[in-house]
Amino acid sequence: MPAVSKGDGMRGLAVFISDIRNCKSKEAEIKRINKELANIRSKFKGDKALDGYSKKKYVCKLLFIFLLGHDIDFGHMEAVNLLSSNKYTEKQIGYLFISVLVNSNSELIRLINNAIKNDLSSRNPTFMCLALHCIANVGSREMAEAFAGEIPRILVAGDTMDSVKQSAALCLLRLYKASPDLVLMGEWTSRVVHLLNDQHMGVVTAAISLITCLSSKNPDEFKTCVSLAVSRLSRIVSSASTDLQDYTYYFVPAPWLSCKLLRLLQCYPPPEDGAVKGRLVECLETILNKAQEPPKSKKVQHSNAKNAILFEAISLIIHYDSEPNLLVRACNQLGQFLQHRETNLRYLALESMCTLASSEFSHEAVKTHIETVINALKTERDVSVRQRAADLLYAMCDRSNAKQIVAEMLSYLETADYSIREEMVLKVAILAEKYAVDYSWYVDTILNLIRIAGDYVSEEVWYRVIQIVINRDDVQGYAAKTVFEALQAPACHENMVKVGGYILGEFGNLIAGDPRSSPLVQFNLLHSKFHLCSVPTRALLLSAYIKFINLFPETKATIQEVLRSDSQIRNSDVELQQRAVEYLKLSSIASTDVLATVLEEMPPFPERESSILAKLKKKKGPGAVSVELEDGKERGECVNFNPKPQRTSTPSPSADLLGLRSTAPASGATPSAGSLLVDVFSEAGPSATSAGVNDDGFLRFVCKNNGVLFENQLLQIGIKSEYRQNLGRMYLFYGNKTSVQFVSFNTTLNVQTKTVEPLVEGGAQVQQVINIECLTDFIDAPLLNIKFRYGGALQNISLKLPVTINKFFQPTEMAAADFFQRWKQLSQPQQEAQKIFKASHGMDTEVLKAKLLGLGTALLENVDPNPENYVCAGVIQTKAQQVGCLLRLEPNAQAQMYRLTLRSSKDTVSQRVCDLLAEQF
Amino acid sequence: MIGGLFIYNHKGEVLISRVYRDDIGKGPFPNCFHKVGCTESYRMRNAVDAFRVNVIHARQQVRSPVTNIARTSFFHVKRSNIWLAAVTKQNVNAAMVFEFLYKMCDVMTAYFGKISEENIKNNFVLIYELLDEILDFGYPQNSETGALKTFITQTGIKSQSKEEQSQITSQVTGQIGWRREGIKYRRNELFLDVLESVNLLMSPQGQVLSAHVSGRVVMKSYLSGMPECKFGMNDKIVIDKQGKGGATEEQSIAIDDCTFHQCVRLSKFDAERSISFIPPDGECELMRYRTTKDIILPFRVIPLVREVGRTKLEVKVVIKSNFKPSLLAQKIEVRIPTPLNTSGVQVICMKGKAKYKASENAIVWKIKRMAGMKESQISAEIELLPTNDKKKWARPPISMNFEVPFAPSGLKVRYLKVFEPKLNYSDHDVIKWVRYIGRSGIYETRC
Repeated sequence: MPAVSKGDGMRGLAVFISDIRNCKSKEAEIKRINKELANIRSKFKGDKALDGYSKKKYVCKLLFIFLLGHDIDFGHMEAVNLLSSNKYTEKQIGYLFISVLVNSNSELIRLINNAIKNDLSSRNPTFMCLALHCIANVGSREMAEAFAGEIPRILVAGDTMDSVKQSAALCLLRLYKASPDLVLMGEWTSRVVHLLNDQHMGVVTAAISLITCLSSKNPDEFKTCVSLAVSRLSRIVSSASTDLQDYTYYFVPAPWLSCKLLRLLQCYPPPEDGAVKGRLVECLETILNKAQEPPKSKKVQHSNAKNAILFEAISLIIHYDSEPNLLVRACNQLGQFLQHRETNLRYLALESMCTLASSEFSHEAVKTHIETVINALKTERDVSVRQRAADLLYAMCDRSNAKQIVAEMLSYLETADYSIREEMVLKVAILAEKYAVDYSWYVDTILNLIRIAGDYVSEEVWYRVIQIVINRDDVQGYAAKTVFEALQAPACHENMVKVGGYILGEFGNLIAGDPRSSPLVQFNLLHSKFHLCSVPTRALLLSAYIKFINLFPETKATIQEVLRSDSQIRNSDVELQQRAVEYLKLSSIASTDVLATVLEEMPPFPERESSILAKLKKKKGPGAVSVELEDGKERGECVNFNPKPQRTSTPSPSADLLGLRSTAPASGATPSAGSLLVDVFSEAGPSATSAGVNDDGFLRFVCKNNGVLFENQLLQIGIKSEYRQNLGRMYLFYGNKTSVQFVSFNTTLNVQTKTVEPLVEGGAQVQQVINIECLTDFIDAPLLNIKFRYGGALQNISLKLPVTINKFFQPTEMAAADFFQRWKQLSQPQQEAQKIFKASHGMDTEVLKAKLLGLGTALLENVDPNPENYVCAGVIQTKAQQVGCLLRLEPNAQAQMYRLTLRSSKDTVSQRVCDLLAEQF
Repeated sequence: MIGGLFIYNHKGEVLISRVYRDDIGKGPFPNCFHKVGCTESYRMRNAVDAFRVNVIHARQQVRSPVTNIARTSFFHVKRSNIWLAAVTKQNVNAAMVFEFLYKMCDVMTAYFGKISEENIKNNFVLIYELLDEILDFGYPQNSETGALKTFITQTGIKSQSKEEQSQITSQVTGQIGWRREGIKYRRNELFLDVLESVNLLMSPQGQVLSAHVSGRVVMKSYLSGMPECKFGMNDKIVIDKQGKGGATEEQSIAIDDCTFHQCVRLSKFDAERSISFIPPDGECELMRYRTTKDIILPFRVIPLVREVGRTKLEVKVVIKSNFKPSLLAQKIEVRIPTPLNTSGVQVICMKGKAKYKASENAIVWKIKRMAGMKESQISAEIELLPTNDKKKWARPPISMNFEVPFAPSGLKVRYLKVFEPKLNYSDHDVIKWVRYIGRSGIYETRC
């Protein structure tokens, strides 16, 4: 530091500050400041030039006033003048003022930049440092523009002092973080990397921060740093604590530098060069060995520094994930820390172990600590540590210990902190599902979960349990019984009522044999909860009631009585009222057969990613990658809920029974819940989720009328259509999947349609109805153009509407003789169309039948002499004429081939239907 | 009702804390330390801290006298460096709370003079005693200084005879709680002060943008017995009712609204608009009123501001007095705000003294006295420091203070009659004094 001039005390400043400190009230303070400001203004205005000392003093006062929270709008010029002073203190105050107060003021910036340039090019290291600090402190784009080229030169120049090099490296780092596009390393790269070999440890420490940041952006350019870093690290690690003099901190050699080196290595994969790798492994082993040594000092700083290096080394080991020996050693080391009396260490150990658990090498080693972790979950005083313990339990869970872990987590849940309950619930739900060996255990666990932490059980969890119960025949009876028992508790959570209502409505019959759970008892139990529930739950219960009528005709009178009561049929809530009225009518008008069809058991749900997992991922944010990876690994062995063969019948109204259609859009369900709903309704095959190609969507609709036509990140278009003779009606549902409004939403069809609402609210759905009349046979489908604004961008989507000629089929039943007579009548070559093609899907009989039925024709049994073959007949209704159409499909199971023959009274029709159908099998 | 009352010094330390209800302090107050399961007294501290943190030490100066923090309302008034804050959790009448706070200030002033930290510290016991008396479970009680002084004394325990005690009781609980019986004076004397403050906002061109007078009639009486008084003034309604035929030379005034001391019989005022009362002994504020029509503006300010380039400003201000030449205005002070980047000021004035006060960012021009129908002038040159701030100077209005010996509203006392049927003195024997003082309130002219 240069010699301090004698007038450095700045007595005036001290007096001013003590005056301010002594002010009794805010008003007095403001008065004193006003007085001082006026004084400074008059001094700055004064004709005679101020000397450096007083300039510095007044600028200092201004700075102080500014830092007290008052606006300063003058004095910048004086501060800039100070920059050109030769005295260190004056220059320093000038730079301080500039760093704190300067904004991108065009006229001054030029002057300031000039002064900084002068200082940078001066040979005085302190001045250079001051200038560099100022650049870093301001760190604006303008600064970067002006100096981004200059600083690397200073950094690598041979004659630069070490302290200046340090400052330059950190300054460059700051500029790079602020505006990465302006800092171009290019030719300097290799020389910067070689700073790792610098004699001066300070320079290395500063440079390594810069290199870490740069290499995380473009790792390839800095690849060479790996070997340098490894050699540097090994030199530090193997050195005795006395070797490094100033850079030994409580007997630990250069802890900061070591940490930074280890962190830099984490940007790269394990070194390929065997020698380098061997050296690195040696280093890591040494670090692990050192951790075992008795501490050289009792001071906390010593153990902190040592552990910092250790944890960084463990992170590196986990990052490499290739050294089983090291991973296990790291795991054992962490295991020791799990019982350390230092809370921070326990936290870090749990956190690191969590990542270790996902490595295949150390998973088993981590599992040995299960008791300790469970103990931590129970006894730890700090909530964040308990949270980590819960995370670790989740991570280390596999089939062997799932039961124990889930049980522990459940018991902990009862006393868990509110802040982590929801996450815990999700975790328990996922583990229970993933590692379920028998489903009764799964059902028990989830019901327990709802009982213990009902408020924190999100929708997804109970949706999932219902999906699983419905998809698994073997667990349904048990589920019904358990739910029935759970509902008998005097106070049970609403989610429990939801699950109970749904399951008893579907499978109540399975336990109705027992007199203790006779239909009426079941109903009364459910109904006793009815009044305590919210509207969505009540709606669900009403659906359960109507299902009861179907399951147990003897309850019909009682339930009708309930539905008829004023509190239902005149309910102020429109959804409940509508349900009550509709169900009442349905139960009194429809015959048992109809009722049985309408209210038949829910079809199984298509299998897909668990919505709960999706939710947990969302909750955890990008940090949950490890969970995801692990999940991918485990998927192979996790239990499969086999989807039953795809059914393609039109969905019965009972699809509504889920009671979700009304609730979800209205309550602004989360996107994940939204996608869940869509899947429930669409009954789409596996390809439905990946719909996106317009034609693909189109072809899927040849044999079915309802489903999702189109879906991308923004928009989902659902379709529901019905046809009768030559007329059709199509409902298009435009669902906004985002939370933002679509503006100027507009659809055009080359056919006339009713217009849609121009706005689609976020998460909302609008409906459009299209009436279709088939005038004559056709090949091309109508095109639908959708335009809307999302945010600022105009979106344009073009789709083929799935209107095909076969939609206008009227099925015709006929006997075998009849069929062959007609078949022969249509024997002219142009009337027949034939195709032989390879099967693109499985040749399942049921699926084929369903598809043929979906086509709209009548499937004629016992017509073809070969029972393997399928024969269909139908009449296509157009306004102009009716076209009779006969179909024969001959599958060849060995060759996986089909032969499809179509005969109709019009050649174009045969050709078109044949083309359409050929794509379907 | 008021839940508690706190007095703070300028640092935010609590000098007096009196809690009347438990509901306050149940935060949770933002910015305050809050622990679950804390004790009652700790929670009370919470409300105390909330006010300190959010009002006294607020980052931005709090200008509203009512602050709502965590569903708790804090009403505060400030006397020099002392903050008085009434706290409540309920939906109280804010006007009532402020009336009470002002009254409390009056009572304290009457007991120990100026309200200052030192005085409050020296009178802890007295203040708590007063608070016990004038506020009961948060409901304001008798706060008449005269009555309070009979039984809350500063001179230690004065043994009172049973008779005296019962007399106090009967007075405080009786119909005329503000006056005790058996007062005797050798000279029956009576002073009446009409104190007005005139508020004005005027455009640079001399157009009145808003103006009103708020006035008080203060009476100091030294009368024997229980005298019945009747007060008459030139109220327009009364004058119009009486003198239909006779052209009164007196101007009558329209009073917008008025409030009376509790001794005035309101029923009589409502019926015949006559003000009759039995006055308390000593000083009391008989009525308060407000007028907005036909106000005599004692001074006219004519400003002239010229910006000469970026670094100079020329200001010329002329004041004209607008009342009878025989009257003298006193304590005249004109305050001319200067821009925030003023670096130097030169002032020339014909009369009085003018000075640039940097700490207040204003030129202050003081004139000791000035007769009516005169005019005076000041001119100033203000040098400015060029700043890089593009903001234009907001030109705050020029304000003025003065004191004139007449009532700017035009109010005149017509009579004050005293009847004491039991004692042998008549209206003529009472010596009466009337004084008018008009002061400036916020008296501003834009420039």
